[in-house]
Amino acid sequence: MLSRTAENLFWMARNMERAENTARMLDVSFRMSLLPSSLDKKAQFEPVLAIAPGDGRFHELYGELSHENIIRYVALDQENAGSICSLIRNARENARAQRSAISSEAWESLNATWLQVQNLDYEGLMRWGYRDFFDWVKERSHLFRGVVFGTMLHDDGFRFIRLGTFIERADNTARILDVKYHVLLPDSEQVGGYVDYYQWGALLRSVGAFRAYRRVYHDMVYPWRIAELLILREDMPRSLHHCYEVVVSTLDDLASKKPLECRRIAGQTYSQLRYGRIDKVFGEGLHEFLTEFITRNNALGFQIQEDFLMTPLAMAEAV
Amino acid sequence: MPENITLGRKTLAKRVGENDQPGLAGLPQDTNTLTVATEADGPAEYYSKFFNEMRGPDGEVRPAYAALAELLDNLSIESLVTKQNAADELFRRLGITFAVYAEGGSTERLIPFDLIPRILDRSEWELVERGCLQRVKAINVFLYDIYHDQEILKAGLIPPELVLLNPAFRPEMCGVDLPNDVYAHVAGIDLIRTGPQDFFVLEDNVRTPSGVSYVLENREIMMRLFPDAFTGQSVSPVGTYPERLLENLRSVAPSGADDPVVVLLTPGRYNSAYFEHVFLAEQMGVELAEGGDLFVRDGDVWMRTTEGPVKVDVIYRRIDDEFMDPLAFRPDSMLAVPGLLSAVRSGRVALANALGTGVADDKAMYVYVPRMIEFYLGEHAILNNVHTYVLRDPKQCQHVLNNLENLVVKEVQGSGGYGMLIGPASTAAEREAYKARVLQDPDNFIAQPTLSLSTAPTLRDGKIVPRHVDLRPFVLSGRETSVIPGGLTRVALREGSLVVNSSQGGGTKDTWVLER
Repeated sequence: MLSRTAENLFWMARNMERAENTARMLDVSFRMSLLPSSLDKKAQFEPVLAIAPGDGRFHELYGELSHENIIRYVALDQENAGSICSLIRNARENARAQRSAISSEAWESLNATWLQVQNLDYEGLMRWGYRDFFDWVKERSHLFRGVVFGTMLHDDGFRFIRLGTFIERADNTARILDVKYHVLLPDSEQVGGYVDYYQWGALLRSVGAFRAYRRVYHDMVYPWRIAELLILREDMPRSLHHCYEVVVSTLDDLASKKPLECRRIAGQTYSQLRYGRIDKVFGEGLHEFLTEFITRNNALGFQIQEDFLMTPLAMAEAV
Repeated sequence: MPENITLGRKTLAKRVGENDQPGLAGLPQDTNTLTVATEADGPAEYYSKFFNEMRGPDGEVRPAYAALAELLDNLSIESLVTKQNAADELFRRLGITFAVYAEGGSTERLIPFDLIPRILDRSEWELVERGCLQRVKAINVFLYDIYHDQEILKAGLIPPELVLLNPAFRPEMCGVDLPNDVYAHVAGIDLIRTGPQDFFVLEDNVRTPSGVSYVLENREIMMRLFPDAFTGQSVSPVGTYPERLLENLRSVAPSGADDPVVVLLTPGRYNSAYFEHVFLAEQMGVELAEGGDLFVRDGDVWMRTTEGPVKVDVIYRRIDDEFMDPLAFRPDSMLAVPGLLSAVRSGRVALANALGTGVADDKAMYVYVPRMIEFYLGEHAILNNVHTYVLRDPKQCQHVLNNLENLVVKEVQGSGGYGMLIGPASTAAEREAYKARVLQDPDNFIAQPTLSLSTAPTLRDGKIVPRHVDLRPFVLSGRETSVIPGGLTRVALREGSLVVNSSQGGGTKDTWVLER
């Protein structure tokens, strides 16, 4: 398979996954802002801007942190490469470049998603209802993954799509945990308090794990359990452990026994997640753990591009 | 797509009006009455002046169309319209589109498809087939000759400056030997028909001819929507084209490659024929590469794949010569592969079509193709050229300038219908201005009479009406030369129009060749 094809498929999946995650973040932040809270707006929305930073020009372009400005910048601004609309556009452009490599259903699904948001403005989004819009983005992302899974040959192209999805998802889960890690740190003054409960609940909801928590633990929401669920739990589809399980096995299939550097990096991270314990993570510092994970996950993304010759440098050295 | 043969409805009506015809007998022949008369002249009358593919002069159905005529008689026009709509829907769903790009976005347009096939019987097809084979063979020998010993120039049959100073001539290709001595691996010959055995070549396309995907898709859709039409007669299949193309491409691989790797090189998704590139790459099962996917290293061409660099043996390129290698041609080309020319010259990679084929298909060289056939093959040309005046000849130039109002004048290097004068549709002032242009550089112009394209029955607005058609058969050359039975029939959908271009209201039809 041409490296350019692999690269486009990889980024198509990353862009769509990131669009979904951004919608999730916005959804939760807006839900939180409706609650009586001791936290001010800045505390609610700064995390959104930190996780979906885009071009980082929010304060310069929009100034005031308001619902409207956040929506305009993070959901709609097509100049901002990190906005939901830009991400959908990019995913669709990646797909269009590779129409012969994906199923026509997968192409039509992404194309239809883009056509819906192509000319969407703030007024249109308000008529739609922003909560409904966020739900719609999530649904389109689910649909895209389902169409890819159900209609495409499960070959190398499919594997690069899976890699893109799960590397992006791991990054997002780690970032959400990291931004909220102060909430998760045991703090005697707030434990059991009103704010904590909603903060924790919001965090779980943002990764679609609120019900999962209840089912797994049948208990109150405890911070270390949230961390365990989202980092170490194998059967939780957005946990770091689960993401890396997919990444490692997909890389094994792609590399067919070749000792590629990306497999070493992925395997090392995977063993930490598979055999690690949550008290040790907290003992060494949750923030430190997550920061290191995000760095290594990024490095893995680059290494994959290098090992599969998606970068000019790697290509030149390979002849 | 070739340049148009444009003639407005009004112009044609005037021409018809000038002829002796029963409806106008006895009317005074001054301009005013002529105009009035032509307004009254119905489309049926107008179209009756041209060769009708389906019916003879007395309205009798030609044998090749007998089964179709019977079927059409038994079908209600509503069911035809329903099928036509279903066809349009299918094309849209399958995404068989031409891309039209505007700033900030893009739209994708369908090329209109007409449900009623254009049919050629065996003997008609054999004539076309023999003629196209002969022509492409001669063109391939000609290309070999001018890049080697230039015998035809030494024999004085073609003025050397027409070849050597031609912008499409590539001196870099001189002395380079190609597998099987083939230059034009894929050729599209544009034909028009004026009578039962009268086919004329309008243009040879031996650079990167397009349109074959429509031949295949049109047939697919016909077989799906109109299976009845195929019963009771055997229509030559066209679906093997991608396989034959691949076989041909593999046969020209540099020696030593036992399992040659073929790629299709596309300018990318902003090219208007991108759909066809995707389609052919898929059908042949080869990679669809862009310039950036290929690179030259140690004299070979490689493509970047996820499993490492893979050596490429044959490139079916759909990019023009001048964009192929920034080191040799246009340095600003973003589509190209630096160093490709040296790999071609040293025989490490084969290009289809070869570099420098364009010298054989421009309008000035067209005139000499019958001579090429005689010189190289010792045969008379089976297919006629449209009579062409070469304005570099002072006598012919004078004749053309004296008769501008009856002729179509074109630039030698022009295409797409630009920079031409359509005499019958022009004003005296336009003719004067054009005359001045011609006189500045007569070498750059040719002239042809206006053409009488045949007509074929076509479904328009719920009626079956005659419309002008042309035909582009596709010729493949490798170890052997062959023609896909059929080709692309283009139809001028607008009433009275002779323009078959998709950009100007042209559509396509499935083209049937009957087995017996």
